Parts: sequence; structure tokens; C-alpha cells
Amino acid sequence: MSGIERVKSISASYPGAAASSTWRGLAMGRTGGDLAIAVLLGLGALATLLFGEAYWLLGSQVAITMIFALSVDLLVGFAGIVTLGHAVFFGLGAYTVGIASAHLGWTEPLSGLLLAGVVAALLGAVTGVLVLRTRGLGQLMLTMAFASLVYEIANRAKPVTGGADGLQGMVIAPILGLFEFDIFGLTAFLYTLAVLVAVVGLAVLMTRSPYGRSLVGIRENRVRMQAIGTNVQHRLLSIYVMSAALAGIAGALLAQTSQFVGLNVLHFSLSGEILIIVALGGAGRLWGALLGALVFTLFKDRLSALDPAYWYFWLGLLLAVIVLFAPKGLIGLVDRLLSILHRKESL
Amino acid sequence: MSLRSLMLGTAMATAAILPLADGAAAKAYKVGLVVSLSGPTASLGQQIERGAKLYQSLHKNGLGDDTVELIVRDDTGPAPDVAKRLAQELVVRDKVDVLAGIIFTPNANAIAPIATQAKVPFVIMNAASWATTKASPYIVRVSQTLPQITVPLAQWAAKQPDIKSVYTLVSDYAPGIEAEEAFASGLKEAGKTVTASVRVPVQSPDFVPFLQKVKDAKPDALYVFLPGGTQSTALMKAYQSLGLKEAGVRLIGSGEVAVEDELPNMGDAALGVVTGFHYSTSHDSKLNADFVKAWQAAYGADSVPTFMGVGGYDGMAAIHGAIKALKGKFTGEAAVEAMRHWSAESPRGPIAIDPDTRDIVQNIYIRRVEKVDGALRNVEFETFAAVKDPGKAAK
Amino acid sequence: MITAALTILFHGLAFAMVLYIVSVGLGITMGLMNFANLAHGAFAAAGGYVVVVATRSLGLPFWVALPAAFVVVALAGAVVERLVVRTLYGADELRQVLFSIALLFMAIAGFTAAFGPLQQQPEIPAALSGQIALGDVEFPSYRAFVIAAGVAILAALWLLIGRTRIGMRIRAAVDNRNMAEAIGVDTRTLFTLTFALGTGIAGLGGGIGADILSITPTYGQEYLVLFLIVVAVGGLGSIFGPFLAALCIGVVDVAGKYLLPEFGAFFIYGVVIAILLAKPAGLFGVRS
Repeated sequence: MSGIERVKSISASYPGAAASSTWRGLAMGRTGGDLAIAVLLGLGALATLLFGEAYWLLGSQVAITMIFALSVDLLVGFAGIVTLGHAVFFGLGAYTVGIASAHLGWTEPLSGLLLAGVVAALLGAVTGVLVLRTRGLGQLMLTMAFASLVYEIANRAKPVTGGADGLQGMVIAPILGLFEFDIFGLTAFLYTLAVLVAVVGLAVLMTRSPYGRSLVGIRENRVRMQAIGTNVQHRLLSIYVMSAALAGIAGALLAQTSQFVGLNVLHFSLSGEILIIVALGGAGRLWGALLGALVFTLFKDRLSALDPAYWYFWLGLLLAVIVLFAPKGLIGLVDRLLSILHRKESL
Repeated sequence: MSLRSLMLGTAMATAAILPLADGAAAKAYKVGLVVSLSGPTASLGQQIERGAKLYQSLHKNGLGDDTVELIVRDDTGPAPDVAKRLAQELVVRDKVDVLAGIIFTPNANAIAPIATQAKVPFVIMNAASWATTKASPYIVRVSQTLPQITVPLAQWAAKQPDIKSVYTLVSDYAPGIEAEEAFASGLKEAGKTVTASVRVPVQSPDFVPFLQKVKDAKPDALYVFLPGGTQSTALMKAYQSLGLKEAGVRLIGSGEVAVEDELPNMGDAALGVVTGFHYSTSHDSKLNADFVKAWQAAYGADSVPTFMGVGGYDGMAAIHGAIKALKGKFTGEAAVEAMRHWSAESPRGPIAIDPDTRDIVQNIYIRRVEKVDGALRNVEFETFAAVKDPGKAAK
Repeated sequence: MITAALTILFHGLAFAMVLYIVSVGLGITMGLMNFANLAHGAFAAAGGYVVVVATRSLGLPFWVALPAAFVVVALAGAVVERLVVRTLYGADELRQVLFSIALLFMAIAGFTAAFGPLQQQPEIPAALSGQIALGDVEFPSYRAFVIAAGVAILAALWLLIGRTRIGMRIRAAVDNRNMAEAIGVDTRTLFTLTFALGTGIAGLGGGIGADILSITPTYGQEYLVLFLIVVAVGGLGSIFGPFLAALCIGVVDVAGKYLLPEFGAFFIYGVVIAILLAKPAGLFGVRS
């Protein structure tokens, strides 16, 4: 327990930091917010499965976005590494399974997922070494520049990637040889859901481990963590690689479920969007990232159907309202709601 | 316990946004229109949507008691995964009878398997790569193909005695390269060759450095292809500010270069530009005059229909045509079959679908930008009648 | 050879100056207030629209339209700063990013509603629409004006920041805000003024540069990357840093396009990566 105590004491010495809320929250029983969201998401998924046939596709999109958001939250929210280029790993994962299928005939989905994770992790290791040498705005720009370079390469490499036309001719075999991807998106929904559950499970375990706590410690006070003997650079690189792998898996899922890859999976705007999602949900809280992904994707889908020409405006308004009235993101709102309810019940 | 029931309620509300109840009327057809309505290419999607809606409002009573409902979705630009999901949802959630729209070729390619799988006709209103119709037997294209509009222009250019050397400048993506190749092959057939060519980045804010290079090379003509008409003004400004016209370099191009909704922004720089295209807002016919009038009555005097608007309009005409022909026995296969033999008089002139390729056959006009009644117009002066897609003819 | 070099230099400079005029304000606000304003480009676009409306719809001369763009956008900037941006000083960076993106989205929708989705070009005065000869190569005179405007704005900023009391306060606050406040600098007013100045110059840049970076509703989104690059490479809170960064990026980009168009975009990002790895805080960075 000394690890926790240590980190707690570190974060407690930095009051007000959004970061420390998780750990103070633990002590004060504020994991209620997390639990509430977990229950809500679980029930939502179940309801969609049973009654929301028309929303299975959107559901798989939400699950994929959640995994991607989670990968970015681990980086931005937990380790304090900023990125505006995470689409590079997402896109690389997507292109990995796409190219493996279209050019090499590797159509098996589960091994494809693994392959995509490994390839994205490799790129993460290479760029991570460089990106982690900088901080702040420089870091942000470096991630962006690397992602843009890869985007250009994919754009150029037409024989391999299909360039701006998109990668055609990819086929994905039935999962475990049994479940074919159907037009209703049932297989896609269950498949992405299963991967999501696995990823969330791993992420929760990881963030609660001494390793995960040391990351928060690094974000809060790098010098101090170094002083107590943590190999800071090593820890940061490992989370960078892990996050890259997760993003790659999310991208691979998108490619497999839509059986098509376009250049947009590598685009800067996707990197920006996922950062928005994490901030919207509440950075540094895994369940916040998941909630952010759900709300953002649903809103975007509904708004763009209701007002195809001006949905941007309503999305902007929503984000602005959240920033101004929910400083800790959506999960902060949930926390507040719960504490109000809690107070009422105890009265 | 109030907490749990609250959460349950919220979960239900989030997850179970109920699908729209299906209209019980037997002959209520639904058309899912997927176009780009936000982002840098929003103007293109707006044109198609307006064209389709205009046809709907002008032909409300054309189908007797049957109705056609348009369900519009925004695919946000070249985003094949978004387009594919929207198409899939339109099919399973909204149960549309026809898919339509599509600005960008990759989006069309991504949707094609859905059309095949669901046996839903897929009417393409823009995406112009020649091979797209091959992606699904359910695709019918009412817009244009790049070789179709490019080769006639090249043939025209080849005949001009004062055009001895041609420089080509195209956007560096599949349609641009297709246009570049089609132009070169058209010129070659007539015994001339392209002297130099350059491909510019698709997201190319500034044309001046490229055109400066063209100016140094001093060709007689510069052929240009740009995506769907969102950069034409910038190109024209660069052409003017470098004084290329004065230097004796004629600007010719695919019709997007002188697209009508941008002409007013271009100013006199555009005068004399020669383009090959299938639709001009000032096309001289009664039908077109009525069409433009109806358009401006609906969308204001500032709005002019472009080839995109006509694509949306004619696409709906083809869909209505199929519904009418099938007299209530509408199936996906039958509708595609009906459209394969569809022909009509369009605002752009006579059009028909080639039964072999499901691609459009239409007149290609060579036009010159002139000032008529104080406004810039594309004035047609030569017609290549009933052009089939040379891309497919060659293969 | 000489022609090519001249062309690259000339157009590279013109491009660089547009980047500089639009971005310099962003660097100052990020350096001074620590506010990451991703909606900065929307203010530049607003300036562009002011010039378009003034010259095309109202028939005002270009020379009236430019100052008008500065004033209108600076006022808009001041209002936004007073109403909302102020509440986010010192807030979590992600919240600032989220808020400014929200602002950007709303601005895009607003511009589309008001001006339509197509690009707009201002009317350029006849005196600037011709050609000037440099050696035996002719260049558009308007671009020569753009270059001169960029240098003039650099000079004006240098005088303002380096030689006036207000500039002194700004410099003091960039270096150490607490200390500046302790010796009686009213940072609240100073921040509003600086924000207004930064957005106003961006508006001016949007208007002057409309020939190079076309004015469309999505301007602020499309070119955001370029502006951020200039600021990051130049260094926060500096007025010379972004100038140098813009020069590098402008000339390298044009050279790439002119000499090797197939590999256009690789050059910019290559340079950015190289500079940031060598100098993570940017060329003139006070802090990163």
C-alpha cells in the first residue's frame, strides 16, 4: 500500500489539479460516478442488443470510438503526454488489416487485430522515443507532424493503400469461422463490444496497478517521481507504446467492421476529434472517456441527421456549454449528480 | 433504489431511440440521399440536395397516389467509413428503396457492396471515376465520368491551330490523374502530345507557385482539372495575377474550372476560358430556362444550379421514372433494369443510361466564358453528341 | 536557375508573411495568457469576410477595408475575451482546447449561414493587380504588397512591444505574471488588450492574405495546423520567432511545390520535426 500512500501524498500536495481527483475520489468513495457510468453503459449495450436492431451499427461505431478514446485518455489523462496525432496509430491499425487482407489474403479477424496492435506499437516505440523528448506545445506539434507525414505517405503509396480512392478489395473472414459480418451489424456490434470489454478490463487493472499510479505521479510531479527512483522515461515510453497498440486495435476494428479503409482514418481532424472526446468526458477518468465517446458519437449522429447543414453549430454549442458549466467534463457532472442524490438519500 | 431506477431510465432513453414507425401506405417509397453537407465541400452537397428536392417539389403529383420521401444524410466529405455506415443504416433502419447521392468516389466504392448485398439501386449523382459503376451491379450513374467530359475537350484542343503545346495541371488524386490521362490520350489520338504536366496536392491553397512554373514554360494552353469546383476561384485569381493570359497561355479545362456558382467571384479573369462539360446553367433550351427559373424561385436569385444540382435533379427523375415504369411492382433488380433503359430530356440536353454499363450517355459541350447581359456565362459553341464513357469503351 | 530561385524566394516570402500576420497574435496570447486558442483562425477568417463585404458589397476602397477588418475583429476578440475566455485563464489546457474548438465549430456554421460555403475573394485595388519585374521575371504586384505588409507589421509590433509602456507591461507579464502584478500591472485589462490586438492582427492577415489562403467558412480549421506550426516552431510569446518560423516554412513549402510537387507536403513536416527535435521550445521560445 505504500505506493498508493506515496502517490496520494503527492497528489494531495497539488490541490485543484483535475488529476488528483481520481485518487482523492477513491478515498472519498467517489468511484460512484465510475460505477454509475459502467452500469449505464452495460444496460445501454444490453438494451441496444435486444431492442435496438437499427442501432447495432452505430453501437459498433461507439465501441470503436470508446477504445480509441481510452487509448488517448491513458496518454493524455493519466500520463500527461499530449497528442494531436493519435490518428496515426488508429489509421495504421486500419491499414494493417486492410492491406493484409487485400494484398496478402490475411482475412482472419482476431489475428488481424493482434497484428494491427503490434504494428501500431512498433511505430509507437519509434516515434515515442522522439516525441517524449519534448513537452507541451512542442510535443503536440511533433505528434501532429509525424501523423501528417504518415498521412502523406499513405496518400502517395497508391499501389498499396489505394491513395485517396480508398483501399478496395478487402475481405474479412467470419469470426472464429462462425460469425459472418452481416448487413445489420449484429456481428460487428457484438465483436466490437467484446473487444471493448476486454480492453476496458485491462485498462482498469492497469490504472489501478502500481504502474498506473506511478504514471499519475509522473504527470503530477516528474521530478519527485524521479527522485523516488522511478525510471520516468521508461514508464512514459511504455504507456506510449501501449496506447499506440490500443489505438491500432481500434482502427483495425473499424476496418474490419466496415471492410473498407479510406485516408480519413489517418487525418488530423480525427486526432483532434478524439482529443475533444476525451476532454468532453473528463480526462484522467477512464469511464469519462467512454462516456465522452458515447455522447459525442450519438450527438454527432443525431444532429447530423436532424440538421445536416448546420450540425456543427449545435455540436459547438454543446461543447461550449460543457466547458463552461462542467469543468470536469461529463463525468464531473455525473459525480455531482450522484453526490446530490446521495445527500438527499442520507437526509 | 431511486438511484438505480434513474440510471435504468437514462440507459433506456439513450439506447432505445425508437426507429421511425414505418408508414403503412403501400406505395410510400423512400430514397436515402447521402451527400457531403459540412466541411470544405459543403457547397457541392447542397447543390445535389437542392436539385433532388426541386425535382420532388415540381413532380409531386407525377406518381399518382404514390409518394417518394427523401432522407438526407451528411457523409462529411471524403469519409468512406461514415458514408458506408450511413448507407447501411438507411437500408436497415429507414428501409430505403433507393440509395442515392455521393460526391466522392471512395464513398461510392465503400457503399457499393451494401447496395449489392441489400439489392438496393444506387443512383450516383456525382462521383465521376469511370470505373465506379463496376463496383456493384446496382449502381446507375446519372452524372458524368471524367473521360467522358475530358476526351471531347482534348479532341477540340487538338483541332485548334494556335494550340501547339499544352501543359496539364491536375489535382493529385485518382480523379485528377484520370482526367490527366484522358486528356493526354484524347490529344494523342489527334496526333498531338502534352508537353509537360504537374500534379498539385489536393489540399492546395495556393496555385501561384505552380502557375509561375507554367508561365516559365510558355505553353499555348494550360489544361486544368480541379475537384468539383471549390478551388476554381483561387486558380483563376492565380492565373490572373501572374498575367498568364497576357503571356499568351490559354486556359482550358474540365467544366469545374468555370463552374457557375463560382463565376461571379472570379471576375473578368475567367473571360475566354474554354471548358468541356455536360451542363451549363445557360444551356439554351426551354426546359433549362424553366429549370433555372424554378431553382431561383425556390432558392433565391443568388443561387444558380450547377452540374451538381442537375445531377441531383436528374437522379430523382431516373428514380421517379423507374417507379412509374414498374407500376407498383418495385424491387431493386427491377428498378435497376428499368433505369438501364431510361432516357429523358434533361435541363442539360438529351440523356440516357447505357444499358451495358449503367453509365450515362449525354452531349458534351465545349463552352467559352463570355459576358452576357453583364454577367459571366458559359456559352456553348460546339457539341459532341451522345458521348459514351470512353473509359469503358477503351477497356 | 536564377529564375527558379527568385520565384521560390518571392512566393515563399509572400506565403510566409501571410502565415506570420495571422499567427503572430496566436503566439502572443499563448505565451502571455497561456491560453491555447484553437479558434484563432476563425478570427482571421472573420477579417477576411469583413474585407470581402466591404470591398464587394459596400464598394469601399481596399485601404478602408483593411483597417476596418482590424478594428471589427479586434472588437469581436475583446468581447469574446471579456465574456468567456477570461473565465478559462489558468484552467486545464484541455478545457481551453475544447472551448476554442467549440467556438471554431460555431464560427464555421455562422460563416456558412451568412456567406455560403463557397470561397470568397476581396476586390483588390487596381494599383496592385498588375505585375512587377524583378530581373527578367514578372511577379504579381499584390504579392509584393503582402511581403511589405508582413515586414511593416513586424516593425510595428517590435516598436509597440519593445518601445512603449504597454509593450513593456506585456513583456513583463510574459516573463513573470505574478511579479508584474505585484508591481502594479493591471493584467486584466492588459490581457483583454493583448487578446484584441492578437485577434485584430489575425483579422488583418485574413484580409491581406485572402489571395493566398482563400476565405472559406472552414478557413480556421483547414489552416489551423499551419498557424500552430508557425507558433510552435517560432516559440511562444515572441514576435521574431514566428517571423523566422514563417520564413522557413513559407520558403521550404514553396520550394517543395515548385521543385518537387509530387512530394509537396513532406517538406514542411520534415522541417518541423527537425526543428522541434533540436529546439523543443521553438526557435525563440521563452518557455514551451
